[in-house]
Amino acid sequence: MTAESVHESTRPMPAVTTDGSAPGPHGTRLLAGWFTTGRAADLTDHLDRFGPAPLDRVARRGDSSALVRAVEEAGLTGRGGAAFPTARKLQAVADGRGSAVVVANAMESEPASAKDATLLQLAPHLVLDGIALATQAVGAREAHLCVARTRQDQVHELRAALAERERHRLDPVPVQLHELPHHYVSSEESALVAWLNGGDARPTATPPRPFEKGVGKRPTLIDNVETLAQLALIARYGPAWYREAGAPDAPGTTLVTLGGAVRHPGVYEAPMGAELGRLLAYGGGPSERLSAVLVGGFFGSWLPAATALPARFTKQALAELGAGPGAGVLVALPERACGLAETASVLGFLARNGAQQCGPCRFGLPAVAEDFAALAHGRLDADGLHRLERRVGLLAGRGACRHPDGASRFAATALRTFAADVGHHLRFGPCPAVDHPPVLDVPTGPVPGPDEWR
Amino acid sequence: MALTRSRDLSLRLDRIACEGHGACAELLPELLSLDEWGFPVVHSAEVPPELAAHARRAVAACPVLALRLDRRPS
Ligand code: SF4
Ligand code: SF4
Repeated sequence: MTAESVHESTRPMPAVTTDGSAPGPHGTRLLAGWFTTGRAADLTDHLDRFGPAPLDRVARRGDSSALVRAVEEAGLTGRGGAAFPTARKLQAVADGRGSAVVVANAMESEPASAKDATLLQLAPHLVLDGIALATQAVGAREAHLCVARTRQDQVHELRAALAERERHRLDPVPVQLHELPHHYVSSEESALVAWLNGGDARPTATPPRPFEKGVGKRPTLIDNVETLAQLALIARYGPAWYREAGAPDAPGTTLVTLGGAVRHPGVYEAPMGAELGRLLAYGGGPSERLSAVLVGGFFGSWLPAATALPARFTKQALAELGAGPGAGVLVALPERACGLAETASVLGFLARNGAQQCGPCRFGLPAVAEDFAALAHGRLDADGLHRLERRVGLLAGRGACRHPDGASRFAATALRTFAADVGHHLRFGPCPAVDHPPVLDVPTGPVPGPDEWR
Repeated sequence: MALTRSRDLSLRLDRIACEGHGACAELLPELLSLDEWGFPVVHSAEVPPELAAHARRAVAACPVLALRLDRRPS
């Protein structure tokens, strides 16, 4: 049974088939179906809108690199945090020795992000199409989808979606769904590889990088699920279409998770390259006066609101400000909140959630978190502040993975952005805001035990 | 030129294996120091030729084989 005949047999063709290339309200693409039907897209909805993935088009030409070229022309960048050019990764894996492996990363361990879970709930088949297309593009004979064990609803939905696709033989390579332990650093690429190779879901020392030697020592493509869904659209409608949204230097749309002091927090699809203020407007805009914006979540950077709101959401523009797009998290901090208290609580989380393997994670990071808590509560003196600054500077580049680098940047940008508050806390003790309920929702779980990584 | 290049060495530290014994920094203070907890801070991974012997000694002194010398690709 071919995909097309399934499509016709499962439901009479609607009078007007929605062309998936036509954007939905607010220029949405990935989430356009949701606006049309108001429900999560099952396989029938998906095929109505998009038709089957153009796998045979690629296979017929016998030229899998056509997709890589299309992705390169589209300018797609990874949506998991690093914003690395997707085509380059595809090419590196395709060029690797031996048959490749594809891993879709849906771990979404960033506590302030909800975009991957939302995408998988509302448009799972776009992601799964992306896996099938990527598998074909790199010549993989194995495909894995990694999710967090704690999200059982998601696991059930994905199992059902995969079973439906299997019945209709949509995937050239069966996708294996894996439920991994849900820890902050378990979403890191080398942690996924380590887990799929039978070990703990903890980062390992690199090199080798996964694209050289990953799962089963084979070249391994690891992509975030949103990246794969975007790839599934590019495969259908081409790079020129993809570039109709976004900016020339930051094409396409992106999923963002808006939180904090915005009128309607949640996940939105917005053009890449837009000003951060415009992105916040997707969530109804600030609900009160802002002091700062956290860009990129717990692995991100604080920026003063005046700097952040006019800044463009591109890798380069944000890099110039000491930030990055990360996984598309923006948290608006209201003036009434204490940025130092918020930062202290996130640093405490990061300290508890290292993989407890490297020196900086075991000692440096907890010490920084403690100093920062003392600063937030007005218990730190000038000497203590100097020690804190020195310790923050010594975290970066000194772990096997970039967890300490992220914590260092988070702390350093907080000290810069809230410099006036730092002076105030040193001289007069904590501000009254320290007792207000925090804006950031920081998980409070303990340090994972040594047996909780498998 | 090619000859000297091929002898260029660089330090590689396995941060997961390292247990902070600090033996390495004592033998190679020019390139390594220790943080407050005894874990190495690498000031420069490039090993100049005149320090190659010291670097080899530091590598040999690490009880957990966390420190290595790699030939730097030129
Ligand atoms: S730096 Fe931290 S999180 Fe990364 S591997 Fe080392 S201990 Fe684990
Ligand atoms: S001697 Fe080895 S274990 Fe000790 S600090 Fe140096 S690298 Fe780490």
